Amino acid sequence: MLLISCPNCGSRDETEFHYGGQAHVPYPENPNELTDRQWAEYLFYRDNTKGTFAERWNHSTGCRQWFNMLRDTVTYEIQAVYPMGTPRPDSAGKTTADTGTASTAADSTTTGTAAPSLSSTSTTAPEGATK
Amino acid sequence: MANSAALEGINGLRDIRRSPASHLAQALEAGSVQGKVVLAEGPFQTMAGVRVNPRSEEGSRIAAVTGGLPVRCGDVGGADGVSVLWLGPSEFLVVAPEEAHDSLGGKLIGSLTEALGDAPGQVVDLSANRTTFELSGPRARAVLEKGCALDLHPRALKPGTALNTEVGNIPVVLQKTGEESFRLFPRASFADFLGRWLLDAMREYASPEVP
Ligand SMILES: [Zn+2]
Repeated sequence: MLLISCPNCGSRDETEFHYGGQAHVPYPENPNELTDRQWAEYLFYRDNTKGTFAERWNHSTGCRQWFNMLRDTVTYEIQAVYPMGTPRPDSAGKTTADTGTASTAADSTTTGTAAPSLSSTSTTAPEGATK
Repeated sequence: MANSAALEGINGLRDIRRSPASHLAQALEAGSVQGKVVLAEGPFQTMAGVRVNPRSEEGSRIAAVTGGLPVRCGDVGGADGVSVLWLGPSEFLVVAPEEAHDSLGGKLIGSLTEALGDAPGQVVDLSANRTTFELSGPRARAVLEKGCALDLHPRALKPGTALNTEVGNIPVVLQKTGEESFRLFPRASFADFLGRWLLDAMREYASPEVP
């Protein structure tokens, strides 16, 4: 059982949370211009990281808010909890540039009171959307 | 024709209204162990789900109606018999006595709706959404601890705190109303299961304590 620190509610059991998959996967800027393959890659292709992984979590039976978390997929160590829309910190808590399909730009899902809005999505298309 | 007598005015409906755990009333009484742990279903209450940015103008208008909004997780705001439970940074549950409902001569829902106006947010009448269980006695904490992962020790959980969590795997709002008393707000469809779960958890306290 993981003990996850919700930014709003503090430490809670893993069973109160819902996993939201890989973080920093921005919605494509122009989905209509994508080929089927690029669209499929945006929808379904995710990193399968062994080690530190940035992922989204929702405190579904608590405050119902989304947040991002850096978690080691081998040791389950939680290295950082940070708001959606902020860049991925490194394991020591500092902010670094992302590599791969992840992006440092704002997420397509916002946190707090605002509803998810496409106008606030990243201008950086994911790798699959540009190549 | 439908039973028009019952549908004439809210009072007819009020008379046939049954609470979600009313069928358990006898079992709750029989399962309570006086002096150790007592469980009962609470009376009907008027509840409103409010979503509003508390730092906005409309948030202040809502706060004026309820007597304040809670600021952080665990806080309970409100005044004059109205409690406002914190569910999220912009989500609150307003709980008031049944008479506060507009259909019974009160004006809570109407005032909240009016206070929000056309501003972003929502006010929803949730009076039938949840029921309340009142659990009290020196063993109340021990009963909850069988199915709740929160730290319920008095040094961590003070009276007047309300937390959104799980008890017996059921999502509830758990409010600590006194040193040894708790109020649980499960959704109506979970009332039967949670009531029976609590009764089961209470059963050992009816037997003499094994030293
Ligand atoms: Zn939370």
